[in-house]
Amino acid sequence: MTRRPPALSTDAPPEEPARRMGRIKPALLLHEDHDLCPGCGEPLAMRILLEVIEELGQSQNAIGVVGIGCYTAFTSTMDVDLVQALHGRAPSVATGAKRMRPESLIFTLQGDGDMVSEGLQEVIHTAARGEAVTCVLLNNGVFGETGGHMTATTVLGQRTKNSLDGRDAAYHGHPILIGDLLAQLGGTGYAARGSVHDAAGVVKTKNLVRRAFESQLQGRGFSFVEILTMCPTGWFVPTADGPGYLDRVLGAVHATGELRNGDRLTTTAELVASALPETGEETPR
Amino acid sequence: MRRLVEGSEAIAEAAITAGCRFFAGYPMTPFTEVLEHFAAKLPGAGGVCVNAESELEAIGMTWGALATGARAATGSTGQGLALMQESLSEITRAELPLVVFHMARGQSDYFQATRGGGHGDYRHVVLAPIDVHEAVTLTQLAFDLADRWRNPVQIHGDFLLAHTAEAVDIEPLAFDPLPPKDWAVDGSLGGTGRSRNINPIGMTKGAKGIDPDAFWKRLQAKHDQIEAQEPRAETLFTEDAELVVVAFGSLARFARYAVRELRGEGLRVGYVRPITLWPFPADAVARAAEGARRVAVLEQNAGQMIDDVRLAVLGRAPVVPIGGISSDEAGFGIGPLLDPDEVRSRITRALEGREGSP
Repeated sequence: MTRRPPALSTDAPPEEPARRMGRIKPALLLHEDHDLCPGCGEPLAMRILLEVIEELGQSQNAIGVVGIGCYTAFTSTMDVDLVQALHGRAPSVATGAKRMRPESLIFTLQGDGDMVSEGLQEVIHTAARGEAVTCVLLNNGVFGETGGHMTATTVLGQRTKNSLDGRDAAYHGHPILIGDLLAQLGGTGYAARGSVHDAAGVVKTKNLVRRAFESQLQGRGFSFVEILTMCPTGWFVPTADGPGYLDRVLGAVHATGELRNGDRLTTTAELVASALPETGEETPR
Repeated sequence: MRRLVEGSEAIAEAAITAGCRFFAGYPMTPFTEVLEHFAAKLPGAGGVCVNAESELEAIGMTWGALATGARAATGSTGQGLALMQESLSEITRAELPLVVFHMARGQSDYFQATRGGGHGDYRHVVLAPIDVHEAVTLTQLAFDLADRWRNPVQIHGDFLLAHTAEAVDIEPLAFDPLPPKDWAVDGSLGGTGRSRNINPIGMTKGAKGIDPDAFWKRLQAKHDQIEAQEPRAETLFTEDAELVVVAFGSLARFARYAVRELRGEGLRVGYVRPITLWPFPADAVARAAEGARRVAVLEQNAGQMIDDVRLAVLGRAPVVPIGGISSDEAGFGIGPLLDPDEVRSRITRALEGREGSP
């Protein structure tokens, strides 16, 4: 592992614009601007991915397959061999690449609209086949790029541009806990869900991504990491409220933790239960 | 060595001979046996055949395999290819050398094959073999053209081609050297500032935004070049022909037989067969139509290729349809039109100027 410089101080307002990653730019990033909205969680997820690839010594062995969403902008900034796929289709593209290059570290980068709405069958079959690829889901519960519309992971009650009074189970149906679906399949070696709503969450998520990539490199079948990301623009909340909204609204349903590690299986329901305060008082997470 | 081989098996074997090492497909008549033969033969050749869970995944997997620089193919029949259209047009813009085996039900997918059903401006080379022997040659040519132009190429066959056994030699053909696939992803350039990006929407590494106008115009220029350089046709007896018959694929085999017979009897009949449905051999058709009294289009559909024939002939002679919809009970395209006497009688009637009458 390479030594990293200390994180920027948060005691005082930042001296540089927030969209610049400045001195903590990962080595695999071509330039410092991420081009996405202020307060977006996806650049954090990208930084995690690039740092883990480098720390695992995979910089010259990684191939990414990128779906269609705001994160598509990363294809011009990630200094990693990439294939741009269609909306929903990255897992099958990753499958073909992995079958021809079993020695490469192959990952997909998809949003919840891409993976869970449009491409649900692709990711499920890829997991069931036990393809040794890592599918990374950036889940913010909305189609961010189109301007904040409902996806298959939008939680009940969540307001979006096409569920203005909040997602209603009777009218809009229920959200899909994709991690649970994938964790239960025989071909899955690793499945986990993290969140980048605070620094501790970023550190934990980075560990999950590392374990997923290690699982792939060890030939333990399909691996999956879901990363909950802020989308204040798509949620219509003030930028500063993004992390709190993510933790409170999406994080309460899509609870974080490991769903599968080898033969150890957990469900999201169990993660939710273990996160609940026992006394009824608010417990800091 | 000459062996008796069914079309679908010959195609799979010719593809593997040409270096194809990846195939993904989803069963559908009359394409199914092509998939079966790839599944049986590829592992022994060091390749992979994935039984995809849908046509969408079959084309996606092939996309990924192509991106690594492998020779790879997929296929289906018209219905399955309809599902793949989004990827087919996008793969063209990603400039990946895809080969598609289309075993059509009859000839009703001419428009789909030559116009495409995907989004945006794009073109695929479409090769329509007349028999199993030519399918072996064109399959190998398809992989060469795909790599040369970095553009998808379709082998357009049908039930008859896939299920007819013929005595063929499946030997590797020699082609000119190809440029190296330095665009293919292998991960090796990560972190060097020169990593690759196989991208169908025109995004490039390090650049801000895209330039769709320049991107699409560059592709159009390539397609213009293919259109100028790659048309192929077979022409017979057109110099003094009063009637020129235009047909493609399996049905052309019946037309060619009938035209030869009629010539033997002293009738001034000619024949043009587009081997490339795109680029359409417009010059060959136009030359054949010079001096002809009429041009008869024999195709097994409601009238699709006739549009291209009319555009090629440009009023030099009347262009009349002598084919039509002709289906068996199963709908797989083995209709009563696939009969030498029927084809002969339609050509004779057209020669007499009464092509519409029974």
